[in-house]
Amino acid sequence: MSSEASGPVEVSIRDKLKTLLQPSELVVTNDSWQHRHHAAMRASGGGSGETHFSVNIVSDAFKGKSTIQRHRMIHAALSDEFAQGLHALSLKTKTPEESQKAESI
Amino acid sequence: MFRSAFRATLSPLRVTPAVTPRSLAIARRFITQEAKQQIQKAIDATPVVLFMKGTPEQPQCGFSRAAIQVLELQGVPSDKLKTFDVLQDSELRSGIKEFSEWPTIPQLYVAGEFVGGCDILLSMHQSGELEELLEKKGVLPPLEKVPSEMTKS
Repeated sequence: MSSEASGPVEVSIRDKLKTLLQPSELVVTNDSWQHRHHAAMRASGGGSGETHFSVNIVSDAFKGKSTIQRHRMIHAALSDEFAQGLHALSLKTKTPEESQKAESI
Repeated sequence: MFRSAFRATLSPLRVTPAVTPRSLAIARRFITQEAKQQIQKAIDATPVVLFMKGTPEQPQCGFSRAAIQVLELQGVPSDKLKTFDVLQDSELRSGIKEFSEWPTIPQLYVAGEFVGGCDILLSMHQSGELEELLEKKGVLPPLEKVPSEMTKS
């Protein structure tokens, strides 16, 4: 899948999150292919191929914010995408400190 | 509006899809307030409320399945848990997203408060935060009540 070009939604997600959060790490993965069979995707003819994404993001902007607050920041940045067919977003949000701690385990 | 969703998740039998009466479409402008009140009532009525796709027996989405599995793993008693199948009711599906200001399903409420979606639920489960929250809100008995043989060092 990594050999395929990024679609417009993926590009948009990356750009918006980069601008809003200036992350030190950002991985955006298109998982839509894995969900193409589930009921809602079948009903809409397979979806646009850009319906389900995972985002792994490390940013200072998350300092002092609860997980819900971090997720809401990201949802707000991507409200257009949600309105236009983004269906699911799996989020892993860390500050640089939390990310280092996780790696040292 | 919610009655079909209620019945759908409580019934062990195969669920039939809900039919939205045409008259509701005309009154759509007024539904939002009513919908808000109905959702508020639902989250206040039961300690643990999960808005999901499908039912606990037949989740229709991997994220919803994960959410209900976490709640079952945590041992939430069935009389303290209610689930709503948003696929049975498109007004509920869009209404709950507006109500919670959260764009995706599943959505968990504990003691009337929004807790989060699948990712948050999973990480709270792993960190022990979910157990703490459920104990604090009286959904799970606190661990101290466990027989003393198990805690003697």
